Amino acid sequence: MPSARAWREYPRRYRYEAAVCKKCGKWFFPARLICDACKSTEFETKAMRRTGTILTHTVIRVPAPAFADQAPIAMAVVAMDDGPRLTAQVVDYQAAQLAIGQKVKLEFRKISDEGAAGVINYGYKVVPV
Amino acid sequence: MRDVAIIGVGMKKFGELWEQSFRDLFVGAALEAIKDAGVDHIDSMYVGCMSSGLFVGQEHVGPLMADYLGMAPVPATRVESACASGGVAVRQGFIEVASGMSDLVLVGGVEKMTDVGGDEATYALATASDQEWEAFNGVTFPGLYAMMATAHMHKYGTTCEQLAAVAAKNHENGSRNPLAQFPMKITIADVLDSVMVADPLHILDCSPITDGAAAIILCPADLAKKLGKKAPVKIIGSGHATDTIAFHQRADLTALPAVSKSASIAYKMSGKTPKDIQLCEVHDCFTIAEIMVTEELGFVEKGKGGAAAEAGVTALGGKMPINTSGGLKSKGHPVGATGVAQMVEVTRQLRGESGERQVKGARVGMTQNMGGTGASSVVHIMEVM
Repeated sequence: MPSARAWREYPRRYRYEAAVCKKCGKWFFPARLICDACKSTEFETKAMRRTGTILTHTVIRVPAPAFADQAPIAMAVVAMDDGPRLTAQVVDYQAAQLAIGQKVKLEFRKISDEGAAGVINYGYKVVPV
Repeated sequence: MRDVAIIGVGMKKFGELWEQSFRDLFVGAALEAIKDAGVDHIDSMYVGCMSSGLFVGQEHVGPLMADYLGMAPVPATRVESACASGGVAVRQGFIEVASGMSDLVLVGGVEKMTDVGGDEATYALATASDQEWEAFNGVTFPGLYAMMATAHMHKYGTTCEQLAAVAAKNHENGSRNPLAQFPMKITIADVLDSVMVADPLHILDCSPITDGAAAIILCPADLAKKLGKKAPVKIIGSGHATDTIAFHQRADLTALPAVSKSASIAYKMSGKTPKDIQLCEVHDCFTIAEIMVTEELGFVEKGKGGAAAEAGVTALGGKMPINTSGGLKSKGHPVGATGVAQMVEVTRQLRGESGERQVKGARVGMTQNMGGTGASSVVHIMEVM
């Protein structure tokens, strides 16, 4: 991944910054240029609270190449308490905690390592609370 | 708008075709369709192809195929909508003929997937998801559909046995299709005993990596009659819709709104309802996809797709035969070709040319082709003229 491509997403991946529509109040993560609910183009930047709930999950046993050294990896769709949803790896969990309805929080972690010629990607993973 | 007919179809056996190049795959199927139609020229062509840049390092696919088909200088347009590239290409050809811009249009779909290894193919396919917000975090395509399956099981009680029943049924159909990549029969136990890819999906819940191409020839229905074509088939409905690119943005993780939307547009255009459809080719990239799509198309109630597969409702000879070709699962899934291959199957069924897997007396059929996790879906309804 070119370093500019990684760098421009730091506010989202490191600080969980979302865009909140100034007209209707809908939260977007990542930020957008137009609100799909009310078509407003005015947004305020706010950091999401780190807490959310697992909506669905899986354990990937045949990973993408960049994740080979982490496999098997648990993944979940998480509804954040502020409204946005995201897909994240679930880590530091007991088997029974990989479940629909489980409360989780975002943590800053290393995501993937592109080797000598690339960048080390950081971002969020979720852990049960 | 003019009525549009399919007057020629072409498709070679799908598989791991090391001896055939990307361009030869396409041209082989296109020549067969041209011969089947009995025409000596085409006015325009569309090529459905998802990711030739990543699979074989080739873009600029339209002119490449027109050149090697010996048809340059006709206009040639490459269409991309991930795994729905073929179906969307068919719709573009349909629109061009219906509008009166062209009379004879060739629509082909092609993908050459086995020139790269498994890791590179996984990477190429993952580009159909949201690269920055899904794939970046480690999710794969089987992983995304696995999360749909988890949600569907939780909400409706769908079981692994029901998922496996879809795979067993499609291989049973594929065993009667000489063009299928994996024509062997498998049992529910075979699926459940196979390697887990992403819980709860086993490897035999997943469609394979495939090389292949398919093509059809479209023309105005009036011209089809004048040319005296054998059993021309009319496209009476075409629907296309989109949805959020990321699966996690869907309000209901057990629904595929683009599928129901594209279907309702096609139903309305054709004046048909789900009860009128006698067979349907659906996008079973994973077994859970077939279950959810049969629900969205209105063939079964929401949440009953798994039970319907288990009870044989969707089998050949069942009330609503789904994927008589073997589907993506057994026939193979060369992504850009799939949507066109579905049209080839339904056309042959409506002509009564499907041999051992013929749906007797079929006059109305349907195709549903989907991109990504359902961010795009295209539906066509066809009827014997």
